[in-house]
Amino acid sequence: MMRAKLAYIVGLAALAACAVMVHAGPSGGTVSGKVTYEGTPAKQKPIDMSKEPSCAKQHATPITTETVVTGPGNALDNVVVYVSAGAPDEAAPSQAAKFEQKGCQYIPHVLAFQVNQTLEIANADQTSHNIHPLPKVNREWNKSQPPGSAPIVDKYDKPEFIPVKCNIHPWMHGNFAVLKNSHYAITEGDGGFSLPNLPPGKYTITAWHESYGDQSQDVTISGGEPKSVNFVFKAKPY
Amino acid sequence: MRTMNSSKLFLGIAALLVMPLVVSAQEGESHIGKLSGHTGAGKQLYFRYCWGCHGYRGDGNGENAPYLNILPRNFVAATFKCRSTPTGTLPTDADLYNSMGRGFNNSNMPSWIELTDQNRADLVAFIKTFSPRWKTDKAGDLIKVPAEPKLTVESIKHGGELFQKLECWKCHGQEGRGDGPSASTLTDSNDQPIRPYNFAAGSRFKCGSTNEDLYKIFITGLDGTPMPSFADVIKPEEAWDLVHFLRTLQVTHKSPELALWGSTKEGAEQIASRRITGTPTGSGIKQ
Repeated sequence: MMRAKLAYIVGLAALAACAVMVHAGPSGGTVSGKVTYEGTPAKQKPIDMSKEPSCAKQHATPITTETVVTGPGNALDNVVVYVSAGAPDEAAPSQAAKFEQKGCQYIPHVLAFQVNQTLEIANADQTSHNIHPLPKVNREWNKSQPPGSAPIVDKYDKPEFIPVKCNIHPWMHGNFAVLKNSHYAITEGDGGFSLPNLPPGKYTITAWHESYGDQSQDVTISGGEPKSVNFVFKAKPY
Repeated sequence: MRTMNSSKLFLGIAALLVMPLVVSAQEGESHIGKLSGHTGAGKQLYFRYCWGCHGYRGDGNGENAPYLNILPRNFVAATFKCRSTPTGTLPTDADLYNSMGRGFNNSNMPSWIELTDQNRADLVAFIKTFSPRWKTDKAGDLIKVPAEPKLTVESIKHGGELFQKLECWKCHGQEGRGDGPSASTLTDSNDQPIRPYNFAAGSRFKCGSTNEDLYKIFITGLDGTPMPSFADVIKPEEAWDLVHFLRTLQVTHKSPELALWGSTKEGAEQIASRRITGTPTGSGIKQ
């Protein structure tokens, strides 16, 4: 009788310990995976910057266009993976999203940030740049930025994927991804992404690529376990 | 009894006074100086005069649009070139009214000065109904144009330095002929090819013909085109110097600035080298 009672108590303690261990983990589940492509993507062309010598000399070998950037193992980079449904809209964080013009290139090529988050655009080059984001839903503005001038500070109040060009340097292209919540990641290198801290619920995960469009998959988080979601885009030859 | 009657009368008058206010708030109005335009009247005029180019939905896809090089304005997007307000903001009613009256030189938008002032005010009110932005945003704050300072040769020369420093020549070219290194690559916000203004040809600007109009063009930028706003990077006093210099690039257009510049040795040489002279038949053309 005593042994049974002891075993019972030990069993309860072990169970309690297990429960504590589960709740001590990160708050919510994680969706992670890889974005890859199949087929042959269009060849990226080298950019001729001879019309802007101050930028041309910053690149020992000419840089290429970035409409499709790939990584090892058929990885597709510069894909914005985000929660498009199932998560509440979030207030913008206080730190600014930074976009830089350097070597007549937009760095990063794709910048993701939230609705109403401050956007800071800096010109690190010796030449003027004329950044011109081309939104269809948000308001369109167009400002000149000579070298040495202060960063342009602005924000967008509606979610949208916005292409960005420079009116002076036609090879410069970039993208803004204005999103409604903080659950987003941009793939690079091996095409992997991770979206942590998702409370239990049903979510739609969307992957967006500037040349290949977007794809969505639904996933349900029920506890703290990680979920795997992969995206495969069909490469276009042009 | 008397108080009952007079309070009823008071209520009746109050109701009558409030009613027109309620009606006009729903209808939408424009205000230009003392003029008030109304959407009801504007709608009749739009579908008589405007929709052939600007389209049934006001999106610039009228039946004439495929034949036009510079496409008609898309009122649904509410991005306008000629404004007195900062880049990215809505124009004032007066901006739209003036654009309509002036027309857009070097495009298919004619001057609608033959319509009455009231007609044009009504059209402004109706045009504002095409875009939901007019309900959520107000027109931008009017930009301040300081009084024009005295015209001097120093002002013109300083304007020339600004033209170099702000790299206007990258699109407009060193002589302002619209042949800068980036000129051939320019596209507007609909990815249509577009050319920068050619100062040497001397035609009227899209957004007016006075020095103040020129000042506003590079301070507000022409939204929807590659022409940006320089409001954050040029001081108001310096902006006038740039205006004076730009007038000297218009070698075929008589102006006080051109005359003053031509009275200097350097200026006279420059103008002579840029002007084409000769007889209309072509013989004896000197350049």
